[in-house]
Amino acid sequence: MSTTGYNFAYLDEQTKRMIRRAILKAIAIPGYQVPFASREMPMPYGWGTGGVQVTAAIIGHDDVLKVIDQGSDDTTNAVSIRKFFAKTAGVATTTRTREATIIQTRHRIPEAPLREGQIIVYQVPIPEPLRFLEPRETETRRLHALNDYGLMHVKLYEDIARHGHIATTYAYPVQVAGRYVMDPSPIPKFDNPKMHMSPALQLFGAGREKRIYAVPPHTPVKSLDFDDHPFAVQHFDKPCALCGAERVYLDEVVLDDRGGRMFVCSDTDYCEERRAQGHAGAMAPDGARAQPGEAGHGR
Amino acid sequence: MYVAVKGGEAAIDNAHALLAHRRRGDPAVPEVAPAQIAQQLTLATDRVMAEGSLYDPGLAALAVKQARGDLVEAVFLVRAFRTTLPRLGQSVPVDTSAMAIERRISATYKDLPGGQVLGPTFDYTHRLIDFLLEAGAELPPLPQADMKAGAPEPSPRVTDLLGGESLIERETRPDDEAPAPDITRDPVSFPASRAERLQMLARGDEGFLLALGYSTQRGFGRTHPFVGEIRFGEVPVEFVPEEVGFAVPLGSMRVTECQMVNQFHGAGDAPPQFTRGYGLVFGQCERKAMAMSLVDRALRARELGEYSGAPAQDEEFVLSHCDNVQATGFVEHLKLPHYVDFQAELDLVRQLRREHEARRAPEAAE
Repeated sequence: MSTTGYNFAYLDEQTKRMIRRAILKAIAIPGYQVPFASREMPMPYGWGTGGVQVTAAIIGHDDVLKVIDQGSDDTTNAVSIRKFFAKTAGVATTTRTREATIIQTRHRIPEAPLREGQIIVYQVPIPEPLRFLEPRETETRRLHALNDYGLMHVKLYEDIARHGHIATTYAYPVQVAGRYVMDPSPIPKFDNPKMHMSPALQLFGAGREKRIYAVPPHTPVKSLDFDDHPFAVQHFDKPCALCGAERVYLDEVVLDDRGGRMFVCSDTDYCEERRAQGHAGAMAPDGARAQPGEAGHGR
Repeated sequence: MYVAVKGGEAAIDNAHALLAHRRRGDPAVPEVAPAQIAQQLTLATDRVMAEGSLYDPGLAALAVKQARGDLVEAVFLVRAFRTTLPRLGQSVPVDTSAMAIERRISATYKDLPGGQVLGPTFDYTHRLIDFLLEAGAELPPLPQADMKAGAPEPSPRVTDLLGGESLIERETRPDDEAPAPDITRDPVSFPASRAERLQMLARGDEGFLLALGYSTQRGFGRTHPFVGEIRFGEVPVEFVPEEVGFAVPLGSMRVTECQMVNQFHGAGDAPPQFTRGYGLVFGQCERKAMAMSLVDRALRARELGEYSGAPAQDEEFVLSHCDNVQATGFVEHLKLPHYVDFQAELDLVRQLRREHEARRAPEAAE
């Protein structure tokens, strides 16, 4: 695609203004889903059009953009979205979490803590946390308005009655600032605690469903639970096989068809940085330390 | 030895290069030109214009070529282009009674002013593969209209004829001065207005609307439809620039309009009248226009006090799912990596299985 004929970051300024207004409203009412006039983007619905529109509306010439999918900078759709902004906005891109001013993500929050001034933009497929309990938008909007989240608590209770656990492992519902119940996007519940009181601004874009919502910095975000069944995150038995990190989210890699498995960091930037610092896991290749931040650097 | 996956960027570039070659096909076969598509695969470009919501036959033909004939992909290309175009304003409502008729049929009257005009239709062709098309047979001579009768007779719309006797409900915009809503500029909320519904149906997927319309015929929200009229032809499009103050022609476009006449017995004070279902589509898209008018009528079920819960009567169900660009995006997004979420599920299932085993072990020991 040629960049000629398209505005900075693809969207026209009118559209960006409309999206920014929606973002401001979303920040003012944490966790509330603000309808916005989502545009058709040159990438498919369901592939991050909401996140792309939010990023396009907030990005400036001086921003440094990081795009991850499943925690990795090098998955195909993350590459594609990063390329899109490198082309249409000419901004600097990075794979390093701490260098980025804007991080667009699908399904993960980076392991390295976010700091003040950073913005994390989540791609959201289904923004409505009550959707699979009540398919009608007319009805779910009413339930939110009435602060009526009984349905959700019944669902979580039924999980416990049937399985002994709350059987939601990703897109685990949260309550924001004590009011709106919100879908954190399909991040593993492992990442939920990172949202709580985060110094970074968290923006959520759902393009197909035409909704934007937000968690302002330093806002309480509570994962729903019961007193006798408190919320708990996933725990992995072994550290990362490449960098030896513990208490991080791991991907399971199938090595052969005889049950061979290894577990490695889902956050590839975090893993590379640790290996560059000299950490090594049980299966790290000798003398083959990765150079962090190599891919996707530059303009 | 496993190392973190790299190389997504090169893979994408290579995939695009391969795609370009597959699009071209065997270089020994002449390359197809967009003009050939526009001229000879007109119904494909018509569908792309209709569902892409952009009247531009040349662009639609190019999109069909770029999409290798995948019409939903072509619709997507057109939509993504359309969204970047500035809005100058709203045209004067198109007057379909002033259409230069190429086809016009009514199922409710044997004959009527303007007559029945079959036009270019597949309707009475026998569906036998025409091997002569492959052999390059000569075209039959182009039939000429009988010009002895002078200028063609005006063709008033059948619904206007019925309206003259007050046999069909009147249809006027609630507020003639207010600009029409624009579903591409403002998010739709439910219940939607009829104007918003019609806009969404007009760009809705032909197959989806066809199936829904069909379901109403089979009893899932029956509406007793008659094809009052289907007309296809060219209509002028006019625009009133503020600084000029009167309508100036912008050009013309071909549209298909279908007006269904449906049964309805007057309720309370209202005398019995027929009701309307409406379909209007860019290009020659008769199947779509008919399906649209069936679904439009079915969606009026609540307004007319006949809601029975049939899928085609359910506004939120129909309108939320009729857009094929949205639908294909979300269905196809399932092929994107989901391994983080899958890992979370794996973890839980393994834990539940361990607990299940632990519960069974003491039982087995007894």
